[in-house]
Amino acid sequence: MAQSVSEYTGAIKDTVKSFWHGMSITLSHLLRRPITVQYPDRTPMPVRDMLPPRYRGFLEVDTAICTGCQACERACPINCIQITLEKDPANPKQRVVTQFDIDEAKCMFCGLCVEPCPTGSIQHTREFEGSQRNIRNLTFRWSDALSPFPVYKVDKNAEYYPRAPLGSLLRAKLEAHPWNEAGPVFLPPEAPGAAKPVAQPKAAAAAGAAGAAAPAPRAAPAPKAVPTNGVPAPAAAAAADPVPAAEKPVTPNPETK
Amino acid sequence: MATVTLPKGNPRTKLLVTLVVALALPVILFGAVLVLATIAKPEPVAVFVREVLHHDPATWPFTGLVYGVAAGLLTFMILNFGAVVAAVTIWWEMRVSSRMQSRIGYNRVGAGGFFQWIADAVKLLLKEDLIPADADQLLFRAAPYFVFAGFGLIFVALPFGESVIAADLNVGIFYVTAVTALVVVGILLAGWSSNSKWALFGGMRSAAQVISYEIPAGLAVMVPILMAGTLSMQGIIRAQGAWPWQWFVFTNPAALVAFVIFFIAQLAESNRPPFDLPEAESELVAGYLAEYTAFRYAIFFLVEFGNVWIMSAIAVTLFFGGWQVPGVAAEAYEAARGAGALPAPAWWGLQVASMAVFFVKTFLVMNLVIWIRWTFPRIRVDQMMNLCWKYLVPGAFATFVATLLWQILVARVPVASTVSGVVLFVGALVALVQMLRLAKQNVEAGGDQVDLSNW
Repeated sequence: MAQSVSEYTGAIKDTVKSFWHGMSITLSHLLRRPITVQYPDRTPMPVRDMLPPRYRGFLEVDTAICTGCQACERACPINCIQITLEKDPANPKQRVVTQFDIDEAKCMFCGLCVEPCPTGSIQHTREFEGSQRNIRNLTFRWSDALSPFPVYKVDKNAEYYPRAPLGSLLRAKLEAHPWNEAGPVFLPPEAPGAAKPVAQPKAAAAAGAAGAAAPAPRAAPAPKAVPTNGVPAPAAAAAADPVPAAEKPVTPNPETK
Repeated sequence: MATVTLPKGNPRTKLLVTLVVALALPVILFGAVLVLATIAKPEPVAVFVREVLHHDPATWPFTGLVYGVAAGLLTFMILNFGAVVAAVTIWWEMRVSSRMQSRIGYNRVGAGGFFQWIADAVKLLLKEDLIPADADQLLFRAAPYFVFAGFGLIFVALPFGESVIAADLNVGIFYVTAVTALVVVGILLAGWSSNSKWALFGGMRSAAQVISYEIPAGLAVMVPILMAGTLSMQGIIRAQGAWPWQWFVFTNPAALVAFVIFFIAQLAESNRPPFDLPEAESELVAGYLAEYTAFRYAIFFLVEFGNVWIMSAIAVTLFFGGWQVPGVAAEAYEAARGAGALPAPAWWGLQVASMAVFFVKTFLVMNLVIWIRWTFPRIRVDQMMNLCWKYLVPGAFATFVATLLWQILVARVPVASTVSGVVLFVGALVALVQMLRLAKQNVEAGGDQVDLSNW
């Protein structure tokens, strides 16, 4: 690699010039104010208000305008939404939602549930601070099984659906629980010998029907997942069962919870 | 600006504690080094034995023991100084570099994150000391000691102040160059004994790099040696004046070039970016220290950052007039000392002033090292070799010859060195102002303004 004298001196000149230029740039940054946002200590406003408006945070359901169509549940690719509908014992024509659980720990914030919602009841908020000692506290229950909410009848002439301010319902739920609260109590854990034989064949059959992979049944401790908040366990289980059964051909993975 | 929540603890107490420690550390370390370096000499020890212990120092068998204790204490304090200086350098570098990247950096442990280095050290010391199964156990364990020895031994000949030096060897700078070579032995051992591809690559690269750059560094060091006519560190400093136009770097145009060459070579020798090929994170994981954990890893890091201080101190010694206090002549120190066994208070004051000058100069050069590190990308291996053999080595030879001629000129026309000193110093000031102006322009070009708040 022959080098002419001008190339040699030119290289030295280039080096000095680029050093000079480069160092002036870093020095100029030293003299500026850092752009760091010192989350969470020193922020000019709550961080959720600094996020872009279409930020996909925790899901919020306004039960006042939920039609109970279960479109969100079907749209969810990872089955983190669980909805149960029952007939109102007092008024057989009225259907009520006894269970509307969203597992935010599982949710991947894809937004596919928001899109099919006919009334805009389920929406992403800008809340994202979900540190919880117990992961079960991240399952948000939008319906109380003891006082289920009736499904919303869509008025054909309505120009808009009256929705509570986005984020207000979720924030109330978040603020109701301290981060280190104990998790909700589900069914008492069965003795392993008693529970497994019942659960395994069912899940295995489901997996077999759907042609799912072999490890699926082992990872599905089915009885543990049925959430009862004072509701008679058999009723909830009976109500929950038909839905996954109907969906088995659609979703290859039967482990909803 | 509303504050949402504040971190735990009282910020005012935190600031107070940090300030107390930040001020006490240099006072204790520098003070201990100053006092012990003055005491740990044969004459004060002899006086101590005669006056306090009432023995004849010449015949009393334990005089040597007293001297040994004093020297041991001095060694201990100097090593502590080295360790603390390395750790605080890390903190300072992280703060400066994060500003350069528009970040804030350490800010959790103590005010401004000042105690981060303590937290890091404690964490590293509590980790498990792992030795890989297939490693060469003996060499793997030994490597950090070589590296640390190469680092610690330099302090023997490092001048802190006018009389504050552990040993003013008459081969001072030669000794420093020699013991620095121990570091490369340690790195090579670490690379080889780890039995890992990355570590071996890193060790080999380091050996190639350090040994190559010894040559331009050694030749560039010859320039101040030629100008001072001595190898002793204190002798080189005494040959320079206190004012900037009397420093070697300005009194000889060739010495300015020699300083640049020396500085680049030192960067390469201490494996600092942009010459951090031996530990190139993106290609070699961590290079020679890829397999090290805990205490041994901490030693490597200590040496790496301690070397920043050392290379700055050596550059200051050789080219920037060392500890020379402006307005204080060499005789003033002798005059202030007095005839007593222990020096007079005025002498201590002068010593403190000289240490402060040396510290400030070293700190400024250290900032230059940090500034360079966070500005430039890592160079390639072939570029590294090119730079050394094609540019630095010929350049160092040229400055060497030019200095010989310059010394002949100065011998004939003594005013030449003053003229060069003034002209080059003014040129350096102009360059500094120009750099600041350019930086300000860059700030304004970004639609920003100079804002030094929020550290």
